[in-house]
Amino acid sequence: MHRGKGMKFVGDSRVSAERKPFIPKDYSEYPGKTEAFWPNFLLKEWLVGAVFLVGFLVLTAAHQPPLERVADPTDTAYIPLPDWYFLFLYQLLKYSFAAGPYTVVGALVIPGLAFGALMLAPFIDRGPERRPSKRPLATGFMLLAIASVFYLTWESVVQTDWEAKEKMGAISDVEIDKASDGYQIAEANTCLSCHGGELGGASGPSLVGTGLTAEEISDIAVNGQGDMPAGIFKGTDEELQIMSEFIAELE
Amino acid sequence: MLNKIYDWVDERLDITPLWRDIADHEVPEHVNPAHHFSAFVYCFGGLTFFITVIQILSGMFLTMYYVPDIKNAWESVYYLQNEVAFGQIVRGMHHWGASLVIVMMFLHTLRVFFQGAYKKPRELNWVVGVLIFFVMLGLGLTGYLLPWDMKALFATKVTLQIVEAVPLLGPYLKTLMAGSADIVGAQTLTRFFAIHVFFLPAALFGLMAAHFIMLRKQGISGPL
Repeated sequence: MHRGKGMKFVGDSRVSAERKPFIPKDYSEYPGKTEAFWPNFLLKEWLVGAVFLVGFLVLTAAHQPPLERVADPTDTAYIPLPDWYFLFLYQLLKYSFAAGPYTVVGALVIPGLAFGALMLAPFIDRGPERRPSKRPLATGFMLLAIASVFYLTWESVVQTDWEAKEKMGAISDVEIDKASDGYQIAEANTCLSCHGGELGGASGPSLVGTGLTAEEISDIAVNGQGDMPAGIFKGTDEELQIMSEFIAELE
Repeated sequence: MLNKIYDWVDERLDITPLWRDIADHEVPEHVNPAHHFSAFVYCFGGLTFFITVIQILSGMFLTMYYVPDIKNAWESVYYLQNEVAFGQIVRGMHHWGASLVIVMMFLHTLRVFFQGAYKKPRELNWVVGVLIFFVMLGLGLTGYLLPWDMKALFATKVTLQIVEAVPLLGPYLKTLMAGSADIVGAQTLTRFFAIHVFFLPAALFGLMAAHFIMLRKQGISGPL
């Protein structure tokens, strides 16, 4: 190997004067038309990138990224599940030959062999042939691996109760006791038409988690506030008391 | 003006060879979809890189709002998604991009594999590519915990159980990742955050640099 002083270059370039093995042949030796990367080909790449980006942004705008309720370590009934691209590994650990006392097989041996073989593929598949049909072993094992990954992922998806899972993870809305006197009184006084049937707000603000005391709520119900006119509440003082306490306790 | 600046820098640092390394080369016909539409399979690597750039940028913006502690993590994500202007889009790009980058990388890997493009003299570049694949999976794994919602916490608990099953080293590895032998909590979140935002991206940048330098040095593989 040449180092430092002895290095020789072609003219003023950075191309070594000595022909080294493995340097690919000049593109002029390839059949067909070549194209300059800059700027011709790069422009086409950008067009492909722009189309891709538009599609990606449409997906992003159409589907809100999921967020479940805040983590609660005490909820042991929750069905755990990894992100979709780990499902095949997760499913593998459910089979009896890879679970319990054999977890090592499912967690380490099988994935280790598969990914190890993937990484060392160039040193295992050493022949000069490049066409898939001329490399039956390499092609066969890869197809087998792809089929296994797809099958395991499919099985995992089928075996999961997605509806129950979604319910368990949903950000819980406040449970409103619609049979309670407070709710009934609010309904009778047309509060719901502005504040929503779930009291979560509609044209008027939400009544959940207001942080106000029952006295303050009574005052607003009778005298109004902002866009809310006075005199909407038409019940008795006793009813006003019950309803205000009901709303003050919502959080 | 730009030319003058370029000349001024070039005079002192001789940056023209650098420019040649990056942009001044020919694209052979067999990888050009304009000539053979089936050559679109050569786009997967570039698209993987493109989404990686999206991930880096959207991730940088996410850290402007995200708070990596168990009291505020979920609140900050909820706030970002529901209150911040375009917060849902930024989080959406990072969330869906994480899935898309795996898909694109998978397709790129299959293209290279079935074309036998990893063969001599490109063995090393294949190995580096597989390492990038592992780093990406690691980024997906650690990023999944950060919103601190139910699926995040319980998926991580499962992951740590699997790690613990590794013979001999298992319990130590688990403690290293979770920050505790038996609690998945505040320590775990900060560790996963550090791994997701500092350790793995650093490894990713190094590996990607090696991947691209090797690609430019050897050129793209010839037609089958």
